[in-house]
Amino acid sequence: MPIVLIVAEQQPDGHLRKASLNAITAGKQLAEKAGGELHIAILGKDPAKVADELKATGAKAVHVGAAAELEHYLAETYAPALATLATELKADYVGMASTAQGKDLMPRLAARLKAAMATDITGLNGSGADITFTRPMWAGNVFAEVKLTTPVKVFTVRATEFAAAAGGQAAAEVKTFAPKVEASKTKFVEFKEVKSARPELTEARVVISGGRGTKGDFKEIEALADDLGAAVGASRAVCDAGWVPNDLQVGQTGKVVAPALYIAAGISGAIQHLAGMKSSKTIVAINKDAEAPIFQVADYGIVADLFKVLPELRAELAKLK
Amino acid sequence: MKILVTAKRVEDPESKIKVKPDGSGIVQEGLKYKINPFDEIGVEEGLRLVAKHQGEVVVVSIGGKEVQEQLRHALAMGAHRAVWVNHTGPLDQLGIAALIQKVAEKEKPDLVILGKQSIDDDQNQVGQYLAEFLGWGQATFASKVESLESAEEKNKEPAVKLTADKKAVQVVREVDNGLATLECQLPAVVTTDLRLNQPRYASLPGIMKAKSKPIEELTPEKLGVNVTPQIQVLKLSSPPARKAGIKVPDVATLVEKLRNEAKVV
Ligand SMILES: Cc1cc2nc3c(=O)[nH]c(=O)nc-3n(C[C@H](O)[C@H](O)[C@H](O)COP(=O)(O)OP(=O)(O)OC[C@H]3O[C@@H](n4cnc5c(N)ncnc54)[C@H](O)[C@@H]3O)c2cc1C
Ligand SMILES: Cc1cc2nc3c(=O)[nH]c(=O)nc-3n(C[C@H](O)[C@H](O)[C@H](O)COP(=O)(O)OP(=O)(O)OC[C@H]3O[C@@H](n4cnc5c(N)ncnc54)[C@H](O)[C@@H]3O)c2cc1C
Repeated sequence: MPIVLIVAEQQPDGHLRKASLNAITAGKQLAEKAGGELHIAILGKDPAKVADELKATGAKAVHVGAAAELEHYLAETYAPALATLATELKADYVGMASTAQGKDLMPRLAARLKAAMATDITGLNGSGADITFTRPMWAGNVFAEVKLTTPVKVFTVRATEFAAAAGGQAAAEVKTFAPKVEASKTKFVEFKEVKSARPELTEARVVISGGRGTKGDFKEIEALADDLGAAVGASRAVCDAGWVPNDLQVGQTGKVVAPALYIAAGISGAIQHLAGMKSSKTIVAINKDAEAPIFQVADYGIVADLFKVLPELRAELAKLK
Repeated sequence: MKILVTAKRVEDPESKIKVKPDGSGIVQEGLKYKINPFDEIGVEEGLRLVAKHQGEVVVVSIGGKEVQEQLRHALAMGAHRAVWVNHTGPLDQLGIAALIQKVAEKEKPDLVILGKQSIDDDQNQVGQYLAEFLGWGQATFASKVESLESAEEKNKEPAVKLTADKKAVQVVREVDNGLATLECQLPAVVTTDLRLNQPRYASLPGIMKAKSKPIEELTPEKLGVNVTPQIQVLKLSSPPARKAGIKVPDVATLVEKLRNEAKVV
């Protein structure tokens, strides 16, 4: 029976990275199509609490590998530990969410498993042994249907294209395993977290992004975000200028978001930016230039100065309360 | 230091990409080609490291005759030598990483710098495959803390820092929710993120000089690598277009629509 192994991720603060739940849904769909069963792996110094959260996601088993050496994530220590587990389980498919860690780790693991890999899958097709993946190319201008022909197949999952696995199912069996720990030529030095009181960009229901049109003044964007409990995003131009932290960048080479509402203020709508937000349910564009490409994807556009529109928008929304 | 940098040929990011009606590929007419932007950043970082610590930058590209254009571009920026792995036909990341592995084993660099992803296939895999194949450490998504306007940028200090004993590099990486710093023993593999540096322009003397710099030609056969692809791209398609929206005259109308039509506020 085909085995699908999804690797869940523990954040540096000890919590489960939510995108793991979306990857589990993809894993579940794959297991159904392939006629197999779903397993989950979690590694870390102390992943027990996260393992507990994973119990009710509909997997057959949750495999917990704890070791002091795994305190700080490194591809060089996690890949061998997971490779041993995947080999023992005889996993046919190994997947993970397309987080920074997923993108760093899965190709290294794939190399170890002599597996071909598909990055950032958005869909699954076929059945039995004949499974194909859908994945974006050229900044989402093109979608490709790909087939991996190696015995083991590896993939990462675009979280916005799959719902989060819901709880309430029969509890999975939790099994511990002793992860194989190899010496690493790489040393963890430090992690500097960018702390924000706002919701995480990739999980927020509402995202308000600013572009070069803000000239670096994000005060109105932040105020509206706070009113709406929204996350703040940005175009590359804004991150490159150092106006906001890099991890707010939305796009082909930044984060992919798909909130219920995306407001783009002072963003032209370059293809690389659209690649990261085009799947949002409702898109609002605020731009002075009526010809800006962002209007081609926006459900509602308003041709005006963002510094005038944003305060008005806050005032109008306040009336609804 | 000896630094090996990859230079993939990709469509210009400004190009309009259209899928052929039969889904077998993209329409080639009118396309312009460039070095993958992430690889250009890699060449720049290599040049800065070598300017500081001496050594040489060797660029490598895999593909048909046309990839020599990208190698010449890197040479014009200041790279010292180029290696061209002559191969036409499909290649997957297993094949590409295996070829670069052989080139690395031949050249014995201290560092291999690749792009974090190529902007055509968007796979984000080759560097990590290569690191595992070589058994080396990896630091992906290399970035820097300062803004591009900083004084440091102007002084063109490398962001990838060599440790005092010259046996390792420190790399600041862009990850979810922040920046992580790793120290990798040399030799190592680094992949570049966008904010690592701002690549220099090729100067006119640089372009002239590049014409006489050597390009070594290799083939998968000479390197002893079987590049039979393990990925089959069955079909390409265009994403469903979003239906055109409307422009609203004022904020009151916008809020009314968001409330009653879209039901999101
Ligand atoms: C390899 C590569 C990868 C890239 N990856 C990404 C990515 O992941 N994400 C990304 O965003 N970009 C990415 N880019 C960059 C992208 O091509 C664009 O350059 C960038 O998105 C432009 O940002 P912008 O829209 O903020 O700025 P601009 O294109 O300069 O647009 C500013 C807009 O603001 C409007 N404006 C100005 N003042 C006002 C005002 N007062 N009120 C209202 N509107 C105003 C203007 O009309 C204009 O439309 C990438 C590029 C490359 C080459
Ligand atoms: C329409 C289409 C059909 C395809 N069909 C097939 C197929 O049938 N079979 C198949 O196996 N593959 C096929 N491919 C190619 C395949 O998808 C990718 O080339 C492969 O997966 C490598 O990934 P990447 O270049 O995106 O690497 P990434 O991992 O995204 O690239 C990261 C870095 O690796 C380096 N790199 C990558 N390629 C090169 C290179 N050629 N030279 C030098 N450095 C390089 C660069 O530094 C780059 O920045 C097809 C591609 C397309 C667009």
